[in-house]
Amino acid sequence: MAARVSIQTEDFDVAVEIAALRHADPGVGAVCSFIGTVRDRSEGANVSAMELEHYPGMTEKAIEQMIAEAFRRFDIRAARVIHRVGPLAVQDQIVLVVVTSAHRGQSFQACEFLMDYLKTQAPFWKKETTPEGDHWVDARVADDDALRRWGIASRNT
Amino acid sequence: MNLKIKYFASIREAVGQGSEAVQTRAETLGALRDELVARGEPYASALARGKAVRMALDQVMSDDGAALREGCEVAFFPPVTGG
Repeated sequence: MAARVSIQTEDFDVAVEIAALRHADPGVGAVCSFIGTVRDRSEGANVSAMELEHYPGMTEKAIEQMIAEAFRRFDIRAARVIHRVGPLAVQDQIVLVVVTSAHRGQSFQACEFLMDYLKTQAPFWKKETTPEGDHWVDARVADDDALRRWGIASRNT
Repeated sequence: MNLKIKYFASIREAVGQGSEAVQTRAETLGALRDELVARGEPYASALARGKAVRMALDQVMSDDGAALREGCEVAFFPPVTGG
């Protein structure tokens, strides 16, 4: 079975990832994807670059567990998560989530569920470079709220 | 018991190391955190009670009450900010 979770420094190609999931399963009737990218502004500051740190081993396990939970909650066919780490530039891709299902509703929901889950429960940390110096990004209360909508308590912030 | 501690992101920078092997009599994650705080600086500030610190035991998000085991892997880190 192809890997469901990849943590990598290299960029990714959404077309390649979607093609792999579609070609492996003729039962797919819907594909939903999300890509997170590096913004040039954060909390009013200009961001020129970003560094992403993670907890090797735990990161992969945590996301695998999130995908397993998505399969329990939604009628989906497959899921794929790629998250980049290391140095990134403005406009670079950071994260990809692709979910397939027979009909659109389940993949739309599962894709958002996975992103909300990942935001507050996967061990990644962003450090931004701004004209005022480097600083670690603060976690957002709104991300905890997003996960709570799915009935999961988050105490990240 | 003997265990391994890992530190990440701002907490790693504050304590000046990414990991260490420790011998402890603490039986829970919370007790271990208090023991580290009692070392004094830089641990006292980095892991201070009231500060947003998340913990993992054997690579699973855990709370103060989690029971430590011989040879386990503990991690302290700030709130996560991926995605």
